Amino acid sequence: MLPFIGRRVLTAIPTLLIVTLMVFGIQRALPGDPALMLAGEQQDPAVIAFIRAKYRLDEPVPVQYAVWLGQVVRGDLGVSLRTNERVLDLIASKLPVTIELSILSLLVALVIAIPTGVVAAVKKGRAADYGGTILALTGLSIPNFWLGIMLILLISVRLGWLPASGYVPLSEGVWENLRRMIMPAFVLGTGLAAVLMRQMRSSMLGVLKQDFVRTAHAKGQSGATVVVRHALRNALIPVVTILGLQLGALLSGAVLTEQVFTLPGFGKLVVDAVFNRDYAVVQGVVVVTAVAYIAINLVVDVLYAVLDPRIAAR
Amino acid sequence: MSLEAAVAREAPDLHALPERSGSRAWQRLARRPPAIIGALVVLLFVIVAAAAPLLAPHSPSQPDFLAVRQAPSAEYRFGTDEIGRDVLSRVIYGARASLIAGVISVAIAMGVGVPLGLLAGFYRGASDELIMRVTDAVLAFPFLILAIAMAAALGPSLTNAMIAIGIATTPTFVRLTRAQVLAVSAEDYVQAARALGASDVRIITSHVLPNSFTPLLVQATLTIAQAIIAESALSFLGLGVQPPTPSWGGMLNTAKNFLVQAPWMAIYPGLSIFFTVLAFNLFGDGLRDAFDPRDE
Repeated sequence: MLPFIGRRVLTAIPTLLIVTLMVFGIQRALPGDPALMLAGEQQDPAVIAFIRAKYRLDEPVPVQYAVWLGQVVRGDLGVSLRTNERVLDLIASKLPVTIELSILSLLVALVIAIPTGVVAAVKKGRAADYGGTILALTGLSIPNFWLGIMLILLISVRLGWLPASGYVPLSEGVWENLRRMIMPAFVLGTGLAAVLMRQMRSSMLGVLKQDFVRTAHAKGQSGATVVVRHALRNALIPVVTILGLQLGALLSGAVLTEQVFTLPGFGKLVVDAVFNRDYAVVQGVVVVTAVAYIAINLVVDVLYAVLDPRIAAR
Repeated sequence: MSLEAAVAREAPDLHALPERSGSRAWQRLARRPPAIIGALVVLLFVIVAAAAPLLAPHSPSQPDFLAVRQAPSAEYRFGTDEIGRDVLSRVIYGARASLIAGVISVAIAMGVGVPLGLLAGFYRGASDELIMRVTDAVLAFPFLILAIAMAAALGPSLTNAMIAIGIATTPTFVRLTRAQVLAVSAEDYVQAARALGASDVRIITSHVLPNSFTPLLVQATLTIAQAIIAESALSFLGLGVQPPTPSWGGMLNTAKNFLVQAPWMAIYPGLSIFFTVLAFNLFGDGLRDAFDPRDE
């Protein structure tokens, strides 16, 4: 197992380096000079020179990259060119919103996907299966930002049941927090639910054909017991693996959902930073998400190898 | 729903798709009503986009300040927007941006991804390692964040949004092509061709590419669907098609500010995105099922 983990960690390092190179390259290609932008309306050459020196914008690009990478490795993501706040602090302040949104969306997705997927597989070829398939296709085809707008229109504007936007931290009231997070979590969760439901259905169909399921039926266990006790546990393994891969999807969806519902999260931070040409924040956000994605998939791979030792042996 | 999700759900199935006698698969496709409906709806949207000047009842960009935010009526079937433009005409013209973005982005992704996948899978070695590491790195970015960063770097426009979406979706085609090449290269007939002295180019053009065509076609259809959502998302964020050119995502961006006064401004562009993407997904799913022998 250890050599497998070692190999897996080693292959992640060049990927991480390429990620940092790409982030740095893209951000340096952004139009506009941040020093001129920071200098404000006065455009005093001395001020511009001072800003360039302070943020090392006057150094050759490879040197800027090396300096930046060295800082990143030490956990220093620099300071925002606009607000002068530490990027790590900015990210840390926005992260709880996005993490809460992601966890709630994941819950919504699982609550929709697992029962629907199981029923679709058990009732294959019947009305429930077709219903589940249509539901999944709808979830895959609906743009989540439009679904958000439509929910605001119906539930907030027409019915007045929930607030259309804004965020209240959990510490200031669980109910007020949830009232503002239910709609965004539902919007973000439906797309994921569609993917998980299809995976659940196909993996359940595979498990239901296995010998041990037939044996359980032959022993006289009821259909529901066989499905819940024996088949579901086995069918969930690939679904859990897919979850790790969905982190990126969740973050992409969060960018739009946070825009629609004006949630002060990670996604809104990166969109605002792009429009403000705040290099340091964009670099920080993208590096943190990419590293998190690589790390989570590394953990999923290792866990999967622990669950199924044949993978490590390959 | 984002592109990573689409890739995660489709790619594993596609790797296993072998060549299937074409005509039988097409016959199977013809027997799948959802796929046929999907294809017909796609065709309908293509016709609408192509014939926009003939179909649109009003100008898509001419403001009419005497008809601001009018509800749907006989004169304006989908109502008017905040400066009195006809929403129906803008939805009709908006189909152009969405369809062009879907097709061109995927063409870019295939144009870059297929040759790289061929190179990686056929020659293996250092080029394979390098290409796959870069592919992994691109996959490590949340798709939309990468597309946003690139669209912002290149400047907001439809062309740049298409380039950004194309590059962000390239890894799907690199991986799929590589997997196909690895599978086909191990076949006896490829070994035989090699033993007979066939050149690399001949093996690739006569055996590898024809055998990879079907899974690539299926993936392309499903990726177009997600590219259309991605373009709308970028335009919604202000990084795609720029006003006054009509686009469904751009219309939604404005509409969200007038939800109380003019909800129709948000309803119709969103429905158009939904039906177009659904149609491509239905057609793509039908194609995959028709060519997938495991259902037999």
